[in-house]
Amino acid sequence: MTDTIRFDVDSDGIALLTIDLPNASMNVFNAQLIEDLDACIDKVLADDAIKGAVITSGKPAFLAGADLNMLGDQAGAKQTPEEAFESAFRLNKILRKMETGDKNRKVLAKEGTKPFAAAVNGLALGGGFELVLACHYRVISDTPKMQLGFPEVQVGLLPGAGGTQRLPRLTGIQAAAQAITTGKPYNGQIALGMGIIQELVPADQVIAKAKEWVMKNPSALAPWDKKGFKYPGGAGAMHPGSVQTFVGANAMAQKQTQHNYPAVQAILSCFFEGGVVDFDTAIRIESKYFMTLLANPVAGNMIRSLFINKQAVEKGSLRPAGVERKKVKRLGMLGAGLMGAGVAYVSAKVGMEVVLLDRDAASAEKGKDYSRKLVEKGVSRGKVSKEKGEALLERITTTSDYADLKDCDLIIEAVFEADDIKKSVTEATEAVIGKDIVFASNTSTLPISGLAKNFTRPHQFIGIHFFSPVDKMPLVEIIMGEKTDDATLALALDYVSQIKKTPIVVNDSRGFYTSRCFGTYVAEGYAMVQEGVKPALIENAGKMAGMPVGPLAVGDEVALDLSYKVGMATRKALGDKYVSSPADGFIEKMVVELERFGRKNGKGNYTYPTDGSKKHLWPGLSDHFPVAAEQPTVDEVKSRFMVRQAVEAARCFEEGVLIDASSGDIGAIFGWGFAPFTGGPFSFIDTMGVAEFVAEADRLAQAYGVRFTPPQLLRDMAAAGESFYPKGNTRGRMAKAA
Amino acid sequence: MTEAYIYDAVRTPRGKGRKDGSLHEITPVQLATQMLEAVRDRNDLDTSYVEDVILGCVAPVGEQGSDIARVAAINAGYAETTAGFQINRFCASGLEAANIAAAKVMAGETDMAIGGGVESMSRIPMGSDGGAWPMDPSVAFKSYFVPQGISADLIATKYGHSRDDVDAYSVESQRRAKAAWDDNRFAKSIVPVKDVVGMTVLDHDELMRPDTSMQTLGALKPAFVDMGAFGFDNVALQKYPEFEKINHVHHAGNSSGIVDGSAAILIGNKEIGEKLGLKPRARIRSMASIGSEPTIMLTGPSFAAEKALRRAGMSKSDIDVWELNEAFASVVLRFMEALDIDHSDINVNGGAIAMGHPLGATGAMILGTVLDELERSGKETALATLCIGAGMGTATIIERV
Repeated sequence: MTDTIRFDVDSDGIALLTIDLPNASMNVFNAQLIEDLDACIDKVLADDAIKGAVITSGKPAFLAGADLNMLGDQAGAKQTPEEAFESAFRLNKILRKMETGDKNRKVLAKEGTKPFAAAVNGLALGGGFELVLACHYRVISDTPKMQLGFPEVQVGLLPGAGGTQRLPRLTGIQAAAQAITTGKPYNGQIALGMGIIQELVPADQVIAKAKEWVMKNPSALAPWDKKGFKYPGGAGAMHPGSVQTFVGANAMAQKQTQHNYPAVQAILSCFFEGGVVDFDTAIRIESKYFMTLLANPVAGNMIRSLFINKQAVEKGSLRPAGVERKKVKRLGMLGAGLMGAGVAYVSAKVGMEVVLLDRDAASAEKGKDYSRKLVEKGVSRGKVSKEKGEALLERITTTSDYADLKDCDLIIEAVFEADDIKKSVTEATEAVIGKDIVFASNTSTLPISGLAKNFTRPHQFIGIHFFSPVDKMPLVEIIMGEKTDDATLALALDYVSQIKKTPIVVNDSRGFYTSRCFGTYVAEGYAMVQEGVKPALIENAGKMAGMPVGPLAVGDEVALDLSYKVGMATRKALGDKYVSSPADGFIEKMVVELERFGRKNGKGNYTYPTDGSKKHLWPGLSDHFPVAAEQPTVDEVKSRFMVRQAVEAARCFEEGVLIDASSGDIGAIFGWGFAPFTGGPFSFIDTMGVAEFVAEADRLAQAYGVRFTPPQLLRDMAAAGESFYPKGNTRGRMAKAA
Repeated sequence: MTEAYIYDAVRTPRGKGRKDGSLHEITPVQLATQMLEAVRDRNDLDTSYVEDVILGCVAPVGEQGSDIARVAAINAGYAETTAGFQINRFCASGLEAANIAAAKVMAGETDMAIGGGVESMSRIPMGSDGGAWPMDPSVAFKSYFVPQGISADLIATKYGHSRDDVDAYSVESQRRAKAAWDDNRFAKSIVPVKDVVGMTVLDHDELMRPDTSMQTLGALKPAFVDMGAFGFDNVALQKYPEFEKINHVHHAGNSSGIVDGSAAILIGNKEIGEKLGLKPRARIRSMASIGSEPTIMLTGPSFAAEKALRRAGMSKSDIDVWELNEAFASVVLRFMEALDIDHSDINVNGGAIAMGHPLGATGAMILGTVLDELERSGKETALATLCIGAGMGTATIIERV
């Protein structure tokens, strides 16, 4: 019996190791569990009365992987390479001991070792799956929730406890590469079919079946410890099958990662180098590559932003203290256009009643069609049952009558972005709803405090900004108006939590946080076209910087005419205070003179052939914006994109638009696709070093204009040697009194 | 420094590098053996004076493995004292082997040596030797590895060679090769390949398609589209981000053919020639090998040529005849542009697009071809060069004596 593992030996002499971390809903590998597992394995191996062991979990899930907080700490630890290796190799060594009984190769091959079987009652991911694979026999539950997989790559790591060696030795390199470089888990049936597990049984039988096998097999041996083991599909540089796999995988991985995600290459290297050596050498190679990733800032940044901080905001870290949690039961959705229709769908999907209102019944119904289509697709793909789908649709009531909003406990408005329309809709709604009902606007361009003036209770007015398409985009940007109160914020966060999205909270500003910063990426691309930078270089550099698409391509999706209209409105609203952008001239020429609006009219920065062939850059760009004889390096173009966005994010931080650095990072990655490998703009600045960032921004400002000038905040931080994420502080720096 | 002279040059005809190719039944060591025998017999050579045999071979595994040069020398009945070693500089191996033989002579290490090459692509397929470059992820990622076909298409993209440009070049290559054969221009070098009972299995380059036209080539689909879409185009574009896409123009009809063959060049100093009563045919003026950007890979010849010219103290206009291996049409087009060479002065008797490219042997073959051409046309100087995997280039300048 240890703190984390219950140890029971039954009358047949089979030890049952039940992993059950105290005070946790989920088992994860932390330092204590690793110690305890080591001790339990030693006990099984040392005690002659114990015939073998079954490992299971005392929680609904088996084991969800490593404690990423622990890994985050390890990442920053100051150690000699030897010390770092010992710590990286620790779990590998323990699992290998379990697998071999600590016997040398020849003895092991001759006599085998004490059997260990895994009784996998629920999902096993990362280190959990590695523990399962290191067992000689694997019985898993047939629960539909079963997942066996290696998500490590999604936070910049690789499975470092034998995962990159055992899985391909079971499935071949190609299949293992598919699983480990994408992080996509197997379900039970597929794992059984691929020979990764041996038995798939009802949950209440996993232990019995595992014990049954142990009883029948007093001596066990992993396939790779048997004499004459053949690597399935071959391995190494001389096996034709493996040659093809690696040549192909290397190309595909470079295309997908644009050389920004070192974990993918490291995983392939583990396969390549580990495939031609004995197992004990192979896992040492794996641990060394694991070390290289841990030492790379990419892993630390991804762990912090994509995992720790994302989970924190999803669990309510942004919620004001002392406000009771509420549940939205009936949502009033004003406007059944693309956004309103999407919000109605995601809300009804989680069980909310939705009143979907538009100016006439037909328009509202059209909005509901969006849900009908998604439900139909879900049913046809077997993702949702017909009954559930129908129930979802029944929860959406369409109307054009404001009176139907009266029982709603939250209103979200997504009507046309025009002040007068917003005003009349807000007033008509306020007239019928309860006196303490929160009114939220999904505006992406109009300041919230201004819109709140249309509402007599501005403290209960808030921005809930969704991204399109609503059913796919994970982020929701919540915007506090000047007078918005804590209870209103809490309700908005509770609603976002209900629809299972990731919130960030920001203060009011034109374009808020995400639209404002995203706009700089596109505008920088336009500025470059105007300067004569080759459009292809602009687009490729954007992607190479880690952005999902080039600025000219995404500009077409946004639509140039919309950018033009927003620009004109902003100019009008700001008057003399308007700061012109070098993109203004480009947009005006494209829209007014050339009538190139983007994808929507089939002509923008790209040409969209009517025969359905692939879009390509509009050759006319170089006629109207001649290509300069001297072209910048790709690194220069990349730096302009990254630094420009990060400078704007830092300004948002300085101005108090952002409340904390972590929201800025999460919002950037999930809101507009800011290069995920960087961990977001603030992690990017930290990784570069604040002083170095300031120097680079100053250089770019000198060369290209004041839009690059770093805010004073960064200069002060650089001077004081500060960073956005001081050691041990994952939430990051807080902005001035928000 | 001692001068190195070419005393003889021989080559096999090139057989289709497939199961139905005439040389498929002949082992690579046999191909090389017959070339060494020919050098000996044509020159009535006491082989104890041949101190070394250097053979290029690009896939030195299986029956091409284990130092095929020394084995071929033994098999050819050369003196036991004749050493041998195999080298690999990818496509320029045969020329590099001749260069090394020359260098040994110039350095005074050897009086006489043979440089040549061998490749039976029908028996030992390209790539059989594995290698870290394309496969080992740590190398492939760092070097932005792409297959040569993608590199050739990248050259066409970068330098604006259209499909018509590369096809037109290839039609002309076929025409010239046919004309050269019709005029017996290869007769001096060609040594027909025989089988174990002494029957001739091949006496001509069997890959040629003299009826090739713009129309026949136009019907061929570009060969590297799928490979590119799989990821390699994007890898190339990460190295050359100024392009939106790769223009795929190469196919089997405008790329070098896969063939079997071998070649050998006898090189020695002046004294050994006089002693053995051999007449020197040409003097090696200079030699050079270079490395350049490995992803575009195949633009090295111009740099190698420039270096060789520099080392010889010569300028472009001093070269009468140019010979560049026709790995891909765009390689030659780019070379002509880079050095401003008229098409009528280069590859005058066709090249690998028409006759094939037996990887390890080609370099020695084209050196012999260009020497024959100098003698035929009465010209004085020639430069032979090849593009090479991983961005290298090798060149040799010779001068008739």
